Amino acid sequence: MTVLLVAVAVLVCSGLAALLASGSPRAATALGAGGAVVACVIGLIAAVPFLFGTPAESLRLAWNVPYGTFFVEVDALSAFFLLPIFGLSALAAVYGTEYLQAWRGRKSPGATWFFYNFLVASMVLVVLARNGVLFLVAWETMALTSYFLVTLDHEQDSVREAGWTYLVASHLGTAFLLAMFVLLGRSSGSLDFDRYSSANASALFLLALVGFGTKAGFMPLHVWLPEAHPAAPSHVSALMSGVMIKMGIYGLLRTLTFLGPPPAWWGWVLIGVGLTSGVLGVLFALAQHDLKRLLAYHSVENIGIIALGLGVGLVGVSNGSPVLAVLGFGGGLLHVLNHALFKGLLFLGAGSVLHGAGTREIDHLGGLAKRMPWTAATFLVGAVAISGLPPLNGFVSEFLIYLGAFNGVTQRAGVAVPLLAAIAGLALIGGLAAACFTKAFGVVFLGEPRSEHAARAHEAGAAMRWPMALLAVGCALIGFCAPFVVRSLASVLPLVSGLAPETVGEKLADAVAPLRFVIAGSVAFLVLVAGLAWARRRLLRGRTMAETVTWDCGYAQPSARMQYTASSFAQPLTTLFAPLLRTRCKLTAPEGYFPRAASLSTETPDAARVALYEPAFSGVGWVLARMRWLQQGRIQLYVLYIALTLLVLLVWKLG
Amino acid sequence: MRATSFIHPLLALVLSPLMLGVINRTKAWFAGRCGQPVLQAYYDLSKLLRKGAVYSRTTTWVFRAGPIVGLAAVLEATALVPLGGEPAPLAFTGDLILLAYVLGLMRFFTVAAALDTGSSFEGMGASREVTFSALAEPALLLGLAAVARLTGSLSLSGMYAAMSLETWRQAGPVLALVTAALMVVLLAENARLPVDDPNTHLELTMIHEVMVLDHSGPDLAFILYGAALKLWVLAALLVGLLLPVRTGNAWLDVGAALGGMFAVAVAVGVVESSMARLRLLRVPQLLVGAGALVALALILTLR
Repeated sequence: MTVLLVAVAVLVCSGLAALLASGSPRAATALGAGGAVVACVIGLIAAVPFLFGTPAESLRLAWNVPYGTFFVEVDALSAFFLLPIFGLSALAAVYGTEYLQAWRGRKSPGATWFFYNFLVASMVLVVLARNGVLFLVAWETMALTSYFLVTLDHEQDSVREAGWTYLVASHLGTAFLLAMFVLLGRSSGSLDFDRYSSANASALFLLALVGFGTKAGFMPLHVWLPEAHPAAPSHVSALMSGVMIKMGIYGLLRTLTFLGPPPAWWGWVLIGVGLTSGVLGVLFALAQHDLKRLLAYHSVENIGIIALGLGVGLVGVSNGSPVLAVLGFGGGLLHVLNHALFKGLLFLGAGSVLHGAGTREIDHLGGLAKRMPWTAATFLVGAVAISGLPPLNGFVSEFLIYLGAFNGVTQRAGVAVPLLAAIAGLALIGGLAAACFTKAFGVVFLGEPRSEHAARAHEAGAAMRWPMALLAVGCALIGFCAPFVVRSLASVLPLVSGLAPETVGEKLADAVAPLRFVIAGSVAFLVLVAGLAWARRRLLRGRTMAETVTWDCGYAQPSARMQYTASSFAQPLTTLFAPLLRTRCKLTAPEGYFPRAASLSTETPDAARVALYEPAFSGVGWVLARMRWLQQGRIQLYVLYIALTLLVLLVWKLG
Repeated sequence: MRATSFIHPLLALVLSPLMLGVINRTKAWFAGRCGQPVLQAYYDLSKLLRKGAVYSRTTTWVFRAGPIVGLAAVLEATALVPLGGEPAPLAFTGDLILLAYVLGLMRFFTVAAALDTGSSFEGMGASREVTFSALAEPALLLGLAAVARLTGSLSLSGMYAAMSLETWRQAGPVLALVTAALMVVLLAENARLPVDDPNTHLELTMIHEVMVLDHSGPDLAFILYGAALKLWVLAALLVGLLLPVRTGNAWLDVGAALGGMFAVAVAVGVVESSMARLRLLRVPQLLVGAGALVALALILTLR
């Protein structure tokens, strides 16, 4: 525990030091990033033992805030979420040292590192906090520091707009959390987590679902994600998408531990939320032209997969089926870690593309694999992993969720319908994700450059390449060490599912057995790939290997503009799902025998934003505008308002 | 793992190109032609393996890796599928999920290799491939879920070993619906009519053939062989449902299943001879229809 608090202290101090050293960019970067890396390494070393049987440790200090105590604790669930926080933050900090060079002379790196280190520290505190007030303070710090990081380029209108959306969404979510904590603490008169009672469990569950779901990005609470992720610097996007939105998942899981045995409908609700977020997330991702916006929608999709897993787990708990509970929660939790790895990797890759080619527009890129081989190779690993394909980590977590759902379908008739929906949804999400990432990888990195920018792109430097390479290795490692990783969940699952550790251990052993075969298959696959590659080389030795233009049915002058673009690649799917996507299309069709100009542009605005939030907010704005007559600017009137309010309250209290 | 488990993968490795020959012979018979030799696919393979290769200057290592990864993935899939009641070499709880995703891996790299050429033709094929497969995947997994629910097993080998004529008597309608859906998946996934026309190489209507336009030599041989194996794997799933012959003698059972495999090849030939290719806009409806069939089958199993 002490060591973890030391890590937090190092983060806070190095952040402050970086701010003070703003005058010298080099010193500020060294202090900020160096402090973050050191703190993360310390934190990782301190957190890992708690996953492997070290009993939970806590610390309670008095705090001069009403209902607040400085009560922190680290148990297996906290430790599990600390892993991606520390791991990804360290790598993103290393990446940031080079990535932020682009802002040199315009922005002081001191302030950026200050916010970055405070963001990491606040996330650590969120998972450690065991008091409502402390939790909310850490939660707010997390929201505000990330807001300042998102609006680094606040000179641009679009970035300010994105930051504003994020800030509003964040605070609306926090309002629900505030209500939840007040309800939780009302009966015991204390906001410490260990004294909460579970009266009104269903109302609390719904409040948590909305409050934490806003941070996690459940559809339709996700509106801030596709705005804020593209606006932020890429290493911050990686951190926000890889770890920060998972704080919502952590909060939901932690709340579930207070609420006692769940009724069946909670699981159904989570499966429904997961299906909506998963399918709509990947569909909106398909329709995007901006690489980082596409990745942001994929975060919504993956949060959906996590919610599906948790939903399957809840269905298992409420139906008294430990297999379902262990596989569902296990798959969901593992997907949290996996998504941190591959989404971190993909956002860093997108940053490297932006850094090297100067644009995020997928249709302006192309052929980058030749000029950016490292980025291309690591992005490919991330793309295969996020599509849930073997032998990488994405498959392992989806496999566990599938296995849970299949188990439920064969063993229990009562829960078969939601579980079948989960299977169908996962299969559809898997297919669409593969479509989306062949598009993203294929159009950005393969083929011919579609613009001057892409043709002159350059590879990132070592500080940006190594974090990506390490994350790619992480994706492969979890894929190949799946049994070990899954077994390390043994200490976390009893906390979230309420099952006895022995039952969890037994069921986990059942889950690990098939994973061994999966790995045997993966090893055989790698051997086959190596063997076939060798055979191909052997066969082609000494034979002619000609190089020529791409075969275009006899057309000898293919140009880069004739290539399939991201929009044309996704067109069959976006047309198929047009009623959901409502893509806006502007077409100037070619006319006459000698057409001069033709153009087509498509835009897919967020459906929830257009149909739900914009009308709601303009309605609120309209109502508030009507109340402007209250605001006179005269102090006397304001004093009168206060006096009247007090009088009304007094009468109400007396009466 | 039993020694007899390896019968099926060996048969698949040797006989899968023969399936293509049987399909082509059936089509020739319907058209009143002599047709190419039954062993034509073997001749093609041996010719391609002896050739050099031509590469587009646009391509990178991804293009060269595509056929290798694709073939390796479908070989792994072959090791997962049982035939004739014998368990597969790689049989475990949940292997049906791995099967679907290994085929997905094959597709991912075929599509990436197609996009690597920067050709609009190949891009078009790739785009159609991912569209149709995204719709076929739920039908495949839900179909297998229905069989899993009927047999109470979560492994392909266990599911198919538990199948018998008795299962057909008890749950005939469910199995018929699943079989029909799997047939649609087989036709779509293997780029056969009415989804894709394997004979046209230079029309704007095709899917699989156009994705591999730029491959040549041993690379094309790998792709051709991989396609034959994929047809074999999906046909084996179908035959296991349609012909659950259980005599107790492994050789007899496998022999009967083998007959079933070639019957499926003939059936594919008959479909190809008697149907026109669907308009591309209709293909999603066909695939969603297959999904609806398995959904119906599942409702029947839930009674």
